[in-house]
Amino acid sequence: MIELLWSIFDITLVLLLLALAWTTCSTQDVKRAVTLFIAMGLLLAIVWARLKAPDLALAEAVIGAGISGALLLSAIRDYPSTTMVSHRSRLIEGIINSLTLALVILMSWAVWHGLNMSDGVRLSAQVISQLPVSGVSNPVTAVLLNFRAYDTLLELAVVLTAVLTVLTLNEKRTDYQVSSHLLQGMTRWLVPLLVVTSGYLLWVGAHAPGGAFQAGAMLAAAMILLQLAYPSMRQEFNLYLLRILLVIGIFTFVLVGLWMMSLNDDFLAFTPAWAGTLILIIETAATLSIATALTLAYLGGRPMGWEDTNRTNRSIAENGGAE
Amino acid sequence: MIDTLAILAIFSGLFFFLSGSIGLLRLPDLFTRLHALAKADNVGLALVALGVIILEPAVINDIKIVIIWLLVMAASAISSHLVARHALRENRKDD
Repeated sequence: MIELLWSIFDITLVLLLLALAWTTCSTQDVKRAVTLFIAMGLLLAIVWARLKAPDLALAEAVIGAGISGALLLSAIRDYPSTTMVSHRSRLIEGIINSLTLALVILMSWAVWHGLNMSDGVRLSAQVISQLPVSGVSNPVTAVLLNFRAYDTLLELAVVLTAVLTVLTLNEKRTDYQVSSHLLQGMTRWLVPLLVVTSGYLLWVGAHAPGGAFQAGAMLAAAMILLQLAYPSMRQEFNLYLLRILLVIGIFTFVLVGLWMMSLNDDFLAFTPAWAGTLILIIETAATLSIATALTLAYLGGRPMGWEDTNRTNRSIAENGGAE
Repeated sequence: MIDTLAILAIFSGLFFFLSGSIGLLRLPDLFTRLHALAKADNVGLALVALGVIILEPAVINDIKIVIIWLLVMAASAISSHLVARHALRENRKDD
């Protein structure tokens, strides 16, 4: 009976997800597409939770639905509500469709093959057997920060590159109008709660679902909320500190990697006795960098005075000349 | 007995969610829809949370559920307020 109820629930969930994905892609209204995409992200988080992948569910809810949603909403802010999504020609549309179809077929084959492969090396068994020397007891964190730490380092580099591109392209977007007192009131007690939750996710990542990406995204959410409620606060950022925070994740990661190379001959080959501490240090730095990167991406460009921090004198001279 | 109570709470919560959704689809303008959605969702979530608390023996998880309920309630009240205020400022041109 219970199994039947669960399968009804799961089938409804999957059908809803497909319906939302379809309407997100087929709607002509950009704002509607973004709203539907956020709803789809939340539903996808529930699907991950049902698949017993709470780490992915957390990441999808915080990053996929939350931060991506905020980024998309701020990106389409100036669009009129009825803007058409596509002005592409038939040929390009046809190419995109056939590539997508090829990708779907390839992925279906990969999933089918993965489920039915009977012999060969299973990665999860290897992870579980090596877990004791990884320094953490959460297998997901063990893979991300120890066994495949190099991949995570490159992921951080991708985030940094994306944000540097955003900073190169634009000044920050104009502020929203001053918000309501109710929102400010809620922000005042929600931001400390978000900061504490972020710290909790960072700490708990060692033995339960959580970790740097989720914690960083939650910290960024707190910053975005602050900016929405108090638009004028932005000028009080210490921009020099912001630059350090932006790169501290990769810097710490590479530094620890090189240090371990001097001891163990391989880049990022952790000494098992220190692995737990090293992972926590890297994750803390990464959390700060991810939060800074996502916040800057949300601003959509350089905050006011960004260039001035490293060439103060010239900038003042230029401004003086202009006036 | 306890289980019956929990199921009763959860299903009456679901009833409120259902009526909120029907209100969202059927009511004529933005303000009445917001009204239906926010009220029904808060009570609905409260009843579902109550049912789950009855079923969940660990006190720490019960506290987490209550905190989630409070957060959702605050967020839904304030987002309804913001949507309504924005609509008022746009001179109700958008239903």
